[in-house]
Amino acid sequence: MLLRLLLVALCFVGLTAPARAQSTNVILSTTTSTQDSGLLDVLVPMFEKKTGLSVKTVSVGTGQALALAARGEADVALVHAPSLERKYVEDGKMQHRRLVMYNDFIIIGPEDDPARIKGMPRAVDALKRIAETQSRFVSRGDKSGTHLLELGLWKQAGIEPKGAWYIESGQGMGQTLGIANDRRAYTITDRGTWLAFQKRVSLPILVEKDKPLLNIYSVMEVNPANGPRVNVAGGKAFADFMVAPETQAVIKVFGVDKFGQALFVPIAGKTDADFP
Amino acid sequence: MELIGQGLLEAVRLLLAGDREVWSVTWLSLRISATATLLALACGIPLGTALALSRFTGRGFLISLVNTGMGLPPVVVGLFVTIVLWRSGVLGFLELLYTPTAMVLAQLVIAAPIVIGLTLAAIQQIPDKFRLQLLALGASRPQMVWTLLKEARLPMLAAVMAGFGAVISEVGASLMVGGNIKGSTRVLTTATVLETSKGNFDVAIALSLILLVLMFLVNWALTWIQQRRVA
Repeated sequence: MLLRLLLVALCFVGLTAPARAQSTNVILSTTTSTQDSGLLDVLVPMFEKKTGLSVKTVSVGTGQALALAARGEADVALVHAPSLERKYVEDGKMQHRRLVMYNDFIIIGPEDDPARIKGMPRAVDALKRIAETQSRFVSRGDKSGTHLLELGLWKQAGIEPKGAWYIESGQGMGQTLGIANDRRAYTITDRGTWLAFQKRVSLPILVEKDKPLLNIYSVMEVNPANGPRVNVAGGKAFADFMVAPETQAVIKVFGVDKFGQALFVPIAGKTDADFP
Repeated sequence: MELIGQGLLEAVRLLLAGDREVWSVTWLSLRISATATLLALACGIPLGTALALSRFTGRGFLISLVNTGMGLPPVVVGLFVTIVLWRSGVLGFLELLYTPTAMVLAQLVIAAPIVIGLTLAAIQQIPDKFRLQLLALGASRPQMVWTLLKEARLPMLAAVMAGFGAVISEVGASLMVGGNIKGSTRVLTTATVLETSKGNFDVAIALSLILLVLMFLVNWALTWIQQRRVA
């Protein structure tokens, strides 16, 4: 009996050992928001069909995505933390940074709005009020692009958030929204994820459309000096694809069918100077 | 509660509608975990048997290590296998990271100690006298080992179930070394995590139910093999 089982085992092993990966692989390190929104599920097959390359998407927080790329564990990065990105470019770890698209962040919170921030024009002032009134606030706490933006705002406000009111979830945007909803707390989220969670999250938008809340995504190629096996050509091909007119046209209408509005605004060709 | 009902309906709908993605994710889960379990058996049974029958200094220490390994946290395995498979890692030149093979490797590391440990226990529960008697009756050493393994087949099938159950339900290592890539390394557990984070709770529940049914079917088949000769 056991002998027969082992024989079957050996057959199985032979059948399932997948073909060795070729250098036609492009590793894309990106953020959870591009994955969770479903945008990559549309763009990646488009790119693969066009180039014959196969993309391996690793979606993690922006901090980890850049750290992986800096180790040469990826070929191209699509992330959203401009200040951190510029640092990686200055250090020579990443190169040829190009803007791809943006959406925006919003501050949401409980309907009864204990900190009275509804309609405030400046996000920084809203955070100050939340801290002053010690109203519950859920932070991503995971070095993601969203978390970095939030930390930047606290810094501007001159506040070091600490205390029982400040909850660090350490998880993705979706889970964090769930926690904020259950605890009736404030949080900062990208508009796309919030739209996608309308069914489960009942926290309304309280502050929006402030300039610092702009969420800009850019694409960067990995410096081949970072590691021995960086696929330079593949990385460049994907970066070029992201800013190509056809791709930008797809981004422009992505989400309209599902959410009634586009989730991202394409901005290829623009520079940081256009978004002061 | 209403949500779980919805999930149940969604599961039935997905399966009956022959949703290709769900089927391919289910099939991949089964294939990866079955391969890992069978490989774990291939190396775990000989090692466990050797450990049960030999006597040497440091044996107790080694067995303690195996017993600890039976509870290896999958995320820890995932982290170390990832580092080894990184382009800059020892096995980086194989370009295995984010492939099903990498997932098999990580699951093998998780399942092997379980198989070794349970094989060891299965062989050791056979009375020493039985072994001596076999040798006295003129059995060669390979014959003796073979007879012992046959004698221990009931608890050994438990090792198969425990190993398979551990790897197919594991998510931490699969997520890390596989990357949860659609159509390539997305398995039932990692897809469940993704759908939950996307807020598609009904799909997440449906995937969980499919996983439970799959585990039940496999265990049912193994139990049938195990109990057949007893009845």
